[in-house]
Amino acid sequence: MTQPFRLPGVGRLDAGKPLAFTFDGKSYTGREGDTLASALLANGVHLVGRSFKYHRPRGFLSAGPEEPNALVGIHRDAARKTPNVRATVQELYDGLAAVSQNRWPSLAFDIGAISDLNAPLFSAGFYYKTFKWPRAAWDRLYEPAIRRAAGLGNAPDKPDPDHYANRFAHCDVLVIGAGPAGLAAALAACETGARVILADEQPVPGGRLRFEADARIEGKSGWDWAEETVARLAARDNVRVLTRTTGFGYYAQNMIGLVERVTDHLANPDPNAPRERLWQVRAKRVVLATGAIERHMVFPDNDRPGIMLASSARTYLNHFGVAVGNRIAVYAAEDSAYAAAIDLKKHGVGIAAIIDSRAAPESPAVEEARALGIDVLAGHAVIGTDGRLRVRRVHVAPISGGPHREFQVDALLTSSGWTPAVHLFSQSRGKLAFDEATQRFLPGLYVQDAVSVGSCNGTFDLASSVNEAFDAGAKVAKEAGFRKPRARQMEASSGTPWSIGMAGASPGVEPGTSKMAFVDFQNDVTAKDIRQAVREGMRSIEHVKRFTTTGMATDQGKTSNLHGLAIASQMLGKPIPEVGLTTFRPPYTPVTFGALVGHSRGRLFEPTRRTPTHDWAKAQGAVFEDVGQWKRARYFPQVGEDMHAAVARESRTVRETAGIFDASTLGKIEVVGPDAARFMELMYTNPWAKLGVGRCRYGIMLREDGFIYDDGVVGRIAEDRFHVTTTTGGAPRVLHHMEDYLQTEFPDLKVWLTSTSEQWAVIAVQGPRSREIIAPFVEGIDISDEAMPHMSVREGRVCGVPARLFRISFTGERGFEINVPADYGLSVWKSIWAEGQKHGACAYGTETMHVLRAEKGFIIVGQETDGTVTPDDAGLSWAIGRKKADFVGIRGLRRPDLVAEGRKQLVGLKTVDPQIVLDEGAQIVADPDQPVPMKMIGHVTSSYWSSNCGRSIALALIENGRARMGERLYVPMPDEMVEAEVTSTIFFDEKGERLHG
Amino acid sequence: MLLIHCPYCEEERPEAEFRHAGEAHIARPQNIAEISDEEFERYFFIRSNPKGLVFERWRHIHGCARFFNAARDTVSDRFLKTYKAGEPKPALDGEG
Amino acid sequence: MAETARRTFALEGRSYDGDGISLAPAGPASRISLRAPAESLAALSEALGLDLPVRPKASARKNARAALWLGPDEWLVIDEGGADLMAICARVAALHSAVDISHRNLAILVSGRRVEDVLNAACPQDLSVARFPVGAASRTVFGKAEIVLWRIGEDAFHVECWRSFADYVFGLLDAAGREAVR
Ligand SMILES: [Zn+2]
Repeated sequence: MTQPFRLPGVGRLDAGKPLAFTFDGKSYTGREGDTLASALLANGVHLVGRSFKYHRPRGFLSAGPEEPNALVGIHRDAARKTPNVRATVQELYDGLAAVSQNRWPSLAFDIGAISDLNAPLFSAGFYYKTFKWPRAAWDRLYEPAIRRAAGLGNAPDKPDPDHYANRFAHCDVLVIGAGPAGLAAALAACETGARVILADEQPVPGGRLRFEADARIEGKSGWDWAEETVARLAARDNVRVLTRTTGFGYYAQNMIGLVERVTDHLANPDPNAPRERLWQVRAKRVVLATGAIERHMVFPDNDRPGIMLASSARTYLNHFGVAVGNRIAVYAAEDSAYAAAIDLKKHGVGIAAIIDSRAAPESPAVEEARALGIDVLAGHAVIGTDGRLRVRRVHVAPISGGPHREFQVDALLTSSGWTPAVHLFSQSRGKLAFDEATQRFLPGLYVQDAVSVGSCNGTFDLASSVNEAFDAGAKVAKEAGFRKPRARQMEASSGTPWSIGMAGASPGVEPGTSKMAFVDFQNDVTAKDIRQAVREGMRSIEHVKRFTTTGMATDQGKTSNLHGLAIASQMLGKPIPEVGLTTFRPPYTPVTFGALVGHSRGRLFEPTRRTPTHDWAKAQGAVFEDVGQWKRARYFPQVGEDMHAAVARESRTVRETAGIFDASTLGKIEVVGPDAARFMELMYTNPWAKLGVGRCRYGIMLREDGFIYDDGVVGRIAEDRFHVTTTTGGAPRVLHHMEDYLQTEFPDLKVWLTSTSEQWAVIAVQGPRSREIIAPFVEGIDISDEAMPHMSVREGRVCGVPARLFRISFTGERGFEINVPADYGLSVWKSIWAEGQKHGACAYGTETMHVLRAEKGFIIVGQETDGTVTPDDAGLSWAIGRKKADFVGIRGLRRPDLVAEGRKQLVGLKTVDPQIVLDEGAQIVADPDQPVPMKMIGHVTSSYWSSNCGRSIALALIENGRARMGERLYVPMPDEMVEAEVTSTIFFDEKGERLHG
Repeated sequence: MLLIHCPYCEEERPEAEFRHAGEAHIARPQNIAEISDEEFERYFFIRSNPKGLVFERWRHIHGCARFFNAARDTVSDRFLKTYKAGEPKPALDGEG
Repeated sequence: MAETARRTFALEGRSYDGDGISLAPAGPASRISLRAPAESLAALSEALGLDLPVRPKASARKNARAALWLGPDEWLVIDEGGADLMAICARVAALHSAVDISHRNLAILVSGRRVEDVLNAACPQDLSVARFPVGAASRTVFGKAEIVLWRIGEDAFHVECWRSFADYVFGLLDAAGREAVR
């Protein structure tokens, strides 16, 4: 018989289609609308997992997201294997395949359960005590063993094939939780016209109405009212209803993180549907209607499969139509659990007894239970249970002493009371207040614009709850700027009784007991462990938590924290608020990395910036390198060439004929206004006032501390207009730095800055034939040496489009940089390239650019400099305007350390063996025979093979380097000591004659 | 993500549009070239970094691009006031 | 003389039409970044033939030309007819700075019933019509790129970004647009 525990005509899934699924390879049938948990229970399956530490058999504690035990793996396909899925949350779909975790070889027979027998060895704090010594054992023994044992479930070993979405949303009122209170609040708020978002973690809203079958609201059954209300809300333009959506984090200024599970419940999801969607909601007001979580009783062997929360059994019965057993006992210390026994009894399920630890419970429910013929044992405690893989027998004794009794059962429902779900309130930094009378933490002082309603606010009575919520919804909508709706009294009633429960160990679990009475199921923490922590000196709950790991599992102690706190409080003889409460931190329930990452994966991880000639270079076989977000062509290998060969050829070709280089990524800033030159004087070390229109100058920018911040060539386009270039990587920060000074230190200057980095494509043509190559395309500019000498700039046309033509050189050769509007870049490049081919020119990449500039001793900011290099260190003191009264860095340059003797200075290094290319970053020493640690006097900043020099070349920063010309120094490498000679930084064309042809 | 009121855009905008820019109300000395080492140290290196009320600079870099000042409580992470660059430190009562 | 260079567009051939959303690169336009103090606005407005807006987030439009307020002294002026905006401003004697950014920026037209949701996949601003009405314009962020958003209709936005960010911005819009709707 399939689904033997499904009761015909009971629950709300009657119309649901049958769905096939497997658990640990065995086939079962469930119903549309089931969770994996309810479907397994319908089939009589309670054993679903093994506990983390002791590998004890475990079943379902709950019917919701607070579940600590029933964690399973869901395997859709090879790449979609999700571990640690709560079976009480996972919705059933046709073909679902679930597997149990933390067991080997099988769930029923698990070798790891041996640690249950060794439980005394694994007492609280054992991590801190057991693995202390010997030291050597840590690496070889302990750590590998711990790593094998640690972790729940198995992480998927393939990349996640699903995609995830993100949505920023704004609303006037965000309601979290769509139980009766949340629905009432949303109803009130939406009627004012406010923008409302209503989020609920369940597939169908209703909250407690799922199990509270006796509830009536506005003349209807509570469930019908909830369904109708949701439909009404969803139909409104100003309301967004999000189901399967958990409010997991409450951040500053009413920013709430919600995660929506879009496809995990579907057998065949639309491939365009994201698996999950992260909602980052900014709400003017937040209504917290997050409900309350039932607590179990802490009694010996309270963790056997078949032992579950009373309200959960009611959910399985009243919502899913599933009886969790045939003969059930209830162990409680409060009234609401009676409703479970009563509902089950009314549906013909055998109730063995209700065991109530209270001496004389008084409630209509007690009377009703007795009237139904249920044996109510007041003043009794459960002192033990039997059953290896499922609870079989319950041992009961009067608390005041007396004969023990035994009940044969197949399920045991427990409840010690309800904990208001104040997680989000606490995350909002609200202060919780302990209510002595009801022994619960409730929202106290609010620090954000939020309000709590219903059970999470301690209001359990249904009528009070919906009315409190309706009023709150109206009030917050008004606060958000909307007219208040007319007040109204909502009618509601429920037969479920509520009373104060108890927290801590149940009677009979006294200090000194050796029985295992679990507080935290997921981390296997018992009452005894918590007591031991106190005995060993832990005083604050934060210490107890870390020592025992209570509340530190993936369920974050939703069912256990108050118990742990109460036990510690009792041991310390201090009231609960004085022992403290651990901090609630996001996420409320686990959130996937995928949801947090959203679209930012693969090619959308971050922008990949490409220059206008990118596709051309790619077609030429260029090898690219990442420079910040840019892709730059590094070299253009011809058939059979490696990088070394390609760079050797490219760098020779540039000096012999010419090379063409895409310099488009250079940062460009247009400085415009009557005070442009004055501003340039302040931002750069160089003098600018007298730079003629049409002339260029190499500029150095410092920070106020005197260190080099950036450099680049600047051309004066007009009296009031400069074309400034920056390093590729420095473009955004240089503009930010300049704006900072302009806006906040020199706001009276009449000048404006505009980034033109991407307005211009920049084609550098460098080499002895450069002029001939560009000449056919240039209109309106005389490019002869006389008319356009080195370091000049002209406006005209190239290939018929407006251009700024620079005569500048980063290679030491005669060179031009053609700036054309970016969309013309590719076309102009192709024309120049075709012409260059006639002259034997080549395209070259960043690697050759680096070699050529190093041959000339030109620095690269960020390579020769590291934020602690002054212009003088870099040999650039000529670029400082000596007569200037002010520029950024002028005072920093005179700091004692910056003018002291012995600073590292930039020099050239030639290895004695010309074939050896030093490693960049290698340290330099003076005496190769000194003992280790050696005194390091500098380091290599740049190092290349120079085919033009026929040897290796290097630049280095060395203490007093310029005074060491000709000196032999040493570079210790792992396998040898490399000898090198200190030289000038210029390795090629020392007189600079080639610049002019 | 915080919401920050930009005094130039005259509305609250998401933090992602802004960049923090250090302590506010530290003017670059007019005669910076002449100041002593001690004065330079105080100007460039020394920051107050208090717990509680701070005056700091922000830039609405992905918005109006203006630098402005803010008074913020580092304990509550609340902005008490934002105001335009060049305006004097506001007198704040109550929080902070 | 060599032939005139041809123009190539960063989003050549890219577009998307889906349920409630369509993405299309806008055609070329002339653009300048215009900077000016308040005293110069009258002269510049007259030359440009539209009133430069002075309220935050505002824009002004006349025929093919529009001016978007980006900052208290900054406007993005776009002319879809390709007029020479630099030449127009060069004739104005009043203090200002005009810089040609016609090729620095490009635009993507994002339109359809789901336009707010698609933009809100990566833009954290409140894009409801109440807070971001038709005609509103703002520099902001879209994922890890900076954009200028300009609402040109209830269901239509003009999204500007720098040339090399276009692939990312379009790709992210496309991903958000394809996302199946609930
Ligand atoms: Zn702003």
